[in-house]
Amino acid sequence: MMFAIAALALLVTMGLALVRAYAGPTLYDRILAVNAFGTKTVLMIAVLGFLMGRPDFLDIALVYALINFIGTIAVLKFFRYGDLGRAGGLDEPEDEA
Amino acid sequence: MIAVLLDGLSWILLLGGAFFVLTGGVGLLRLPDVYSRMHASGITDTAGVGLYIAGLAIQGGFTLVTVKLLLILVFILFTSPTSTYALAHAAFTGGVKPIARDGSRAPLLDRRDGPSNR
Amino acid sequence: MKAGVRAFSLGVVLFATWILLSGHFTPLLLGLGVASCAGIVFLAMRMDVVDREGFPVQLSIRLIGYWVWLLVEIVKANIDVTRRIWSPRLPISPSVFHLRMSQPSELGQVVYANSITLTPGTVAIRLHQDEILVHAVAEELGEDLAGGAMDARVTRLEAGKS
Repeated sequence: MMFAIAALALLVTMGLALVRAYAGPTLYDRILAVNAFGTKTVLMIAVLGFLMGRPDFLDIALVYALINFIGTIAVLKFFRYGDLGRAGGLDEPEDEA
Repeated sequence: MIAVLLDGLSWILLLGGAFFVLTGGVGLLRLPDVYSRMHASGITDTAGVGLYIAGLAIQGGFTLVTVKLLLILVFILFTSPTSTYALAHAAFTGGVKPIARDGSRAPLLDRRDGPSNR
Repeated sequence: MKAGVRAFSLGVVLFATWILLSGHFTPLLLGLGVASCAGIVFLAMRMDVVDREGFPVQLSIRLIGYWVWLLVEIVKANIDVTRRIWSPRLPISPSVFHLRMSQPSELGQVVYANSITLTPGTVAIRLHQDEILVHAVAEELGEDLAGGAMDARVTRLEAGKS
């Protein structure tokens, strides 16, 4: 019961994040929404592990947290440079806010 | 007796976590621009994740399950600011301007010498 | 701290993590764990990241005190921003501003910037020399940050006079 409510709140929030990912308007809004979605997925897997009495789900949650982080960085880097192999340089923008 | 108390505590923690996670989701929709929405995402990543993990850890007890939960928490607390910073920096360099509530450009202030008294 | 000691303590921390994650204690699996930890330490030393920045053990104990302080700040900021989000009028006043950082090294600056971002309501956007560009969701949160309490804490954390 308790875990079901926790999982429901996560599902609702994941839906909200999906709405933001669909609505945009900028690319960065979408990446932010997907990143938030990923964080909730990690929690969701952990809660499901308890809900189903399978604590080994936590290992999957841990790995998913890793993938989510690397994925966000990789997408950002890809859109910045169009190449994942390039070493990130310190290029400063010219104009202020 | 103790078991009932712990169960109640974990109920409260999970409900609190659910509330903060929902807050993050609502903020993600309500706030006006990508920078403001990062704050909403920050609520989910700190309060939401923290309370959820705490609630689950009480259910787990003193086992390896709890250790793994705490590792997930620590990991998220370390990576979330890093990816948020990368996102903010990318958005800023990409030319996205921060906007205020009424849709105008948010002010750029100089607080290098302490708080400005406006 | 000598490089060898630092590398050894990295190996110990890695192996402790490995044991906690695996939960198996047969000689074969323990051996494999030791081997993989040694491999990681070797790779890290080859990449030259086992230094004051990559593995900052010099902060170890003071870091806990700082985390407790930061936790209180995060709780306060969470309540504040949550109230703003649920309030029907949406009482926010986003602003972007420059701050000066007093940390001497990049490690301290990164700790400061990450602390700013981790606290809801403020996000670090850009670091440039000793200045940092911050986005705050509300004026008051920005004013608080500009008061310099967090900046001073991080500087003391790094300098070792806590």
